[in-house]
Amino acid sequence: MTTNAIPAATPDPAAELREVRGPSALGGGSRRFFDLLWLTAVTEFKRVYFGTVLGYLWSLIRPLMLFGVLLFVFTQVFKVGGDEVEHYAVLLLMGIVLYTFFQEATTNAVTSVVTQEGVVRKTQFPRLVIPISTVLTGLFNLSLNLIIIVVFIFAFGVDPTWTWLLFPFCLLFLFILAAAVSMGLSVLYVRFRDVAIIWVVVAQVLFYGTPILYPVDFKGETFERLMMINPLAVIFEQARVWILHEPKAPTALEAANGWIGLLPAASIFVFVCVLGAWIFKREAPRVAENL
Amino acid sequence: MAVENVTETFPAEDRRPAPAPGDPLAIQVEDLHKAFRIPTQRVDSFKERAVRPLRSRDFRELRALNGISFDVRKGEFFGIVGRNGSGKSTLLKLLASIYRADAGMIRMAGRLAPFIELGVGFNVELTARQNAVLNGVMMGLTPRESRNRLDAVIEFAELEEFIDLKLKNYSSGMLVRLAFSLMLEVDADILLIDEVLAVGDAAFQQKCADAFRAMKAAGKTIVLVTHEMSTVEEYCHRAMLIHEGRIEQIGDPGEVGRRYLELNFQRLTQASRHLPETEKSTAVHLIGAHLEGSDDDDVKALEYGEELHLELEVEALEDFAGLDVGFIVANADGVGITAFSSPVGGEVDERPVAKGERVKVTVRMENRLAPGHYFVHCGINRAFEGLVALYVHNAIEFVVYGTGHMGGVIAIDHSVETEIEAPL
Repeated sequence: MTTNAIPAATPDPAAELREVRGPSALGGGSRRFFDLLWLTAVTEFKRVYFGTVLGYLWSLIRPLMLFGVLLFVFTQVFKVGGDEVEHYAVLLLMGIVLYTFFQEATTNAVTSVVTQEGVVRKTQFPRLVIPISTVLTGLFNLSLNLIIIVVFIFAFGVDPTWTWLLFPFCLLFLFILAAAVSMGLSVLYVRFRDVAIIWVVVAQVLFYGTPILYPVDFKGETFERLMMINPLAVIFEQARVWILHEPKAPTALEAANGWIGLLPAASIFVFVCVLGAWIFKREAPRVAENL
Repeated sequence: MAVENVTETFPAEDRRPAPAPGDPLAIQVEDLHKAFRIPTQRVDSFKERAVRPLRSRDFRELRALNGISFDVRKGEFFGIVGRNGSGKSTLLKLLASIYRADAGMIRMAGRLAPFIELGVGFNVELTARQNAVLNGVMMGLTPRESRNRLDAVIEFAELEEFIDLKLKNYSSGMLVRLAFSLMLEVDADILLIDEVLAVGDAAFQQKCADAFRAMKAAGKTIVLVTHEMSTVEEYCHRAMLIHEGRIEQIGDPGEVGRRYLELNFQRLTQASRHLPETEKSTAVHLIGAHLEGSDDDDVKALEYGEELHLELEVEALEDFAGLDVGFIVANADGVGITAFSSPVGGEVDERPVAKGERVKVTVRMENRLAPGHYFVHCGINRAFEGLVALYVHNAIEFVVYGTGHMGGVIAIDHSVETEIEAPL
């Protein structure tokens, strides 16, 4: 029963009156934002992966199971992959792991603001931390899963090249896209609970609309050009080119038939980012009272 | 009540003089407005919005705050009181930057630590350790500072054994202890505290009281929202009463407390009046019975200590050799507190009352009744025979409010002598 824990310091008498503007997406200084973002993401990561017995294994088993099933179906039943596409197994695994990141990060982020209700209703902090930290946790997860991909890559006889160094750009764009979607959906979910259900369906559609199961094989054909409207397709195709360096695989630029062909994807990317940020900025100050 | 017990540990010398006008401000609030839109039909899905596009715009506006302006000086212990729904919690959330004001301005000097709805914002899926570190960073500490203070937080909260337990497994008392120590350890300049003293066991309340004393002595600015009038009067330099989104009164805690009780009981008295039950009588007709200055249908509220005036008027429907009038004052439990009677017309003896004559009775008594709800039953008896001519149950109903009451149902004049004898 000691009270010496009470801070004895007298408050700063020189503290000036400053206007308080209420909660916002990013208020409170950038240092605090990044401290809080990092700490929240790490804490959540630890909670999921050190809190349960099998921990991290769970996050690995799901993509691996999917990988196993799809590999069997597409090489043995439909014979899409196999001999025609070099490294089909590695390509499939990489696509699944990258897409799992995007899907899990955004799906978890949709409900994140509501899940964190207790904190949102009682504390002032930059609201943006909540969805972004969810995506960051997903990124930690992805980093671990990438180790498995590296093992497969070597097992399937892909040699390292300098273009591997460009792969982080794919991750960066994927992260930005996931973050933008998460920002928009997480605050919309506060007002409209069907956002979560809708997003599950949309994410499923996007999975098939992204070259994961089937490789993009031709340069500038109509189908390939249509594919390249999807920003995710551009990112995934470029990851394939940089990591697997198959001579036959077209780059995103080639598949889209030139820079003009990439314009729709770039516009969609920018539009989604701006829209997500705008919705979040608009809703953030009133999230606490709408919960 | 424990709160009152702990306040007795405050030595007088710990009471710093209240900050005087002209001292620097810690909080400045100007013309603050806040309204909430309450949808009459909450639209939670796109489908509902699509099906009823017009209906979704149906909402009523709840004006929680209606132009609040006040200042709090540095080092001041400032109390905010008000009934549920008066807007005081909204005000606190605006001060804590959890809500955004519709109009008006809030300015603050220094760092703020809020303690709202008995918590500081926890993620119950995380352990006490994780929550403590996260909370520190939310409050503006660096992660290192936040980790360094962890031991002090846990020690103050007496939760050493449970530091790695997830908060969902904590009892509510443990949660409050953790939250309160976190708030203290942020070392903020301004503390916003909402209803803290009513929780925790006696030992922890003692600790909180000590902590309050230390904070007050250290010159921290403290804004305390509470229902507990004794807390306000004991701790606060100044207090503010909020009623229906406006400042009803601001200033001396004692006066604010009295006004608050008055408002509170007014609401009680606006509730349905227990109707008088008059037994059918062909002998005497009841014209009216009430407290002076109110109607028969009113339930008047009066302060403890204020003089009580009862008025009764009846009309005789036949000739009487004499009448006696009697009153019983009973509390809400139906227990008779006091009773008195008097002959009608004379000091000692009754005098005859003729048919058609009106009798007016006025009772003046000192109000020693404890705060609560009271009923007065009246009776008119035939003198000499002792038979009842008229009996009115619940003839008068009133409410007593007040502070400083020690318990019991009635205060009796008394004197206390104490003596300490040296050991032989």
